[in-house]
Amino acid sequence: MATRTMKERNMSDIKNSQRIVKIVITTLIYVFLIAVAISVLFPFYWMINSSLKSLGEYRLTVPTFFPKKIIWGNYAEAFNAANLGTLFLNTLFVGLVSTALSLVITVLSAFAFARLEFKGKNALFAALLATMMIPGELFTITNYQTVTHLGWLNSYTVLIIPMLVSVFYIYLLRQNFLQIPNELYLAAKVDGTSDLKYLWKVMIPLALPTLISITILKMMGSWNAYIWPRLVANDGAHSLITNGLRNSFTDTSGDVNYPVQMAAVALVSLPLFLVFIFLRKYIMKGVSRSGIKG
Amino acid sequence: MVEGKNQWKAWIYLLPCLILLLIFTVYPIINTVRMAFLNGYNGMMAVGGEKFSFGVKNFVDVITYKEFLTCLKNTMLLCVITVPVSTLLALLIAVCLNSIKPLNRLLQTIYFIPYVTNSIAIGMVFAAMFNIVGSFFGTPNEIVTTAGIINNIIEAFGGTKVNWINAGSTYAANMTVMVIYIVWNALPFKILILLGGLQSVNKQYYDAAKIDGTSRSRTFWRITVPLLSPMIAYVIITGFIGGFKEYSSIIGIFGETLGPASAPYSLNTMVGYIYRSLSLGNEGKASAAAIILFGIILVVTLIQLYVQKKRVHY
Repeated sequence: MATRTMKERNMSDIKNSQRIVKIVITTLIYVFLIAVAISVLFPFYWMINSSLKSLGEYRLTVPTFFPKKIIWGNYAEAFNAANLGTLFLNTLFVGLVSTALSLVITVLSAFAFARLEFKGKNALFAALLATMMIPGELFTITNYQTVTHLGWLNSYTVLIIPMLVSVFYIYLLRQNFLQIPNELYLAAKVDGTSDLKYLWKVMIPLALPTLISITILKMMGSWNAYIWPRLVANDGAHSLITNGLRNSFTDTSGDVNYPVQMAAVALVSLPLFLVFIFLRKYIMKGVSRSGIKG
Repeated sequence: MVEGKNQWKAWIYLLPCLILLLIFTVYPIINTVRMAFLNGYNGMMAVGGEKFSFGVKNFVDVITYKEFLTCLKNTMLLCVITVPVSTLLALLIAVCLNSIKPLNRLLQTIYFIPYVTNSIAIGMVFAAMFNIVGSFFGTPNEIVTTAGIINNIIEAFGGTKVNWINAGSTYAANMTVMVIYIVWNALPFKILILLGGLQSVNKQYYDAAKIDGTSRSRTFWRITVPLLSPMIAYVIITGFIGGFKEYSSIIGIFGETLGPASAPYSLNTMVGYIYRSLSLGNEGKASAAAIILFGIILVVTLIQLYVQKKRVHY
């Protein structure tokens, strides 16, 4: 009898201590995860906080965690100093045109690889995939010469045409097209539907999520493009938005005006945030299948 | 199934894609290799009618050039440090995140935010956070107006401020900033992939481990890690490939000088070297360096594939 109650007591003790251990571990996990979240968010907070300060307040030895006086004028100054209006329109134009053209090319090629039969299809597709292994810089060296010879420097063309084909997007869409049952295609053939009509009426609607992911990634690519535009379109008139960031935001004495610089950074970051908030699902889905930034 | 006479149709669909690939992908491969093997190839001189002899001088020049070795060292060092650190951290975060219910989705969203940022833009924010305004380690009467928020935080915890990125800063300090920024930038993708992997793991394994009374750490190393090994291999391989192409994050922090004002180009990377050679008109060297970069990426990929075949299993 007595031994049995002892055993029961022991059991409940063990259960209790197990519960305490579990609570401690859960608390530790939350502390860790929230600490990580704070470190992830801190740079954004600091960007906005700094962008609204006066230069004098930014340079205080003891930093302020909220601006004493909010200076919205920093944003106007940044916008004018870096000519962000022009750069924004350039980026929008380049982004929209290259996305539209790229989608057409991707859809047509993915359709050919997924549904049409032709000699050497598999070999060609394998060859395309193999080019994905090669670092882009290897192409850039020659492409820089090519566009120079073509007289394309400092134009919109140079920012759009060389980047149109993405083997990765073709691969992504082809995989999606392959999931659509072939019976649908054969039935459409029997009905006398043309390939293009079938593509437009059946395949594109079914592959819409992938197409949206591609669109977002391509637009973000234009927004974040820095190296190629700096190389081939550095006249200011055709530069893209990210190039404007390396503008010197200096005050009258020649020192960097950090609040204005941070305002410019915030202006460039804002559209990306908006896209992320509204299209999170597509971005995360696209990214989890890609691993390619922009 | 589909008649042979329709073959030409497929080629029409592929035409725009193939033309562009021929001009901007296939021709560059051939031409870049050609330039790499023409000794001392220079685009401007080539236009002027200069002939170059065939050989491996570009490669020899590149790998014996001190500046390239600096770039190679920086790139390797960044890869070797940031890939394991970010992978382990991402694994820890993913496992923790997978074990909680409340706040799960909110935290998941927050962790993904750095992915949708501009690496130049946020690099400038990091630079501002580490930057010291005023003179520091310079003149005798130093006036530090603001030491930057990171130094402020260090001082609040009783430490002393460090010259992270300003003129006169040490290589170790510069590298620390780069590692922090690159890891911060690399986490979202890794967390996303690893969390996706964890969510697809069959819960039965964990139930079985629980019944056997297996400890948490043993469960982690013996069940979670092996089951996740394909995803871990994937994030490591993409991490290394991305790491070897590191460049814009350095521009974000240091600007076009690619190093503190006192030591320009001291943090340059392989990709940075390629662009610098290109802008100086040394296409031959740039091409040779690009081919070396390709070789390194190829070797890393092959090693990973081999290890994956041998070690990655359940």
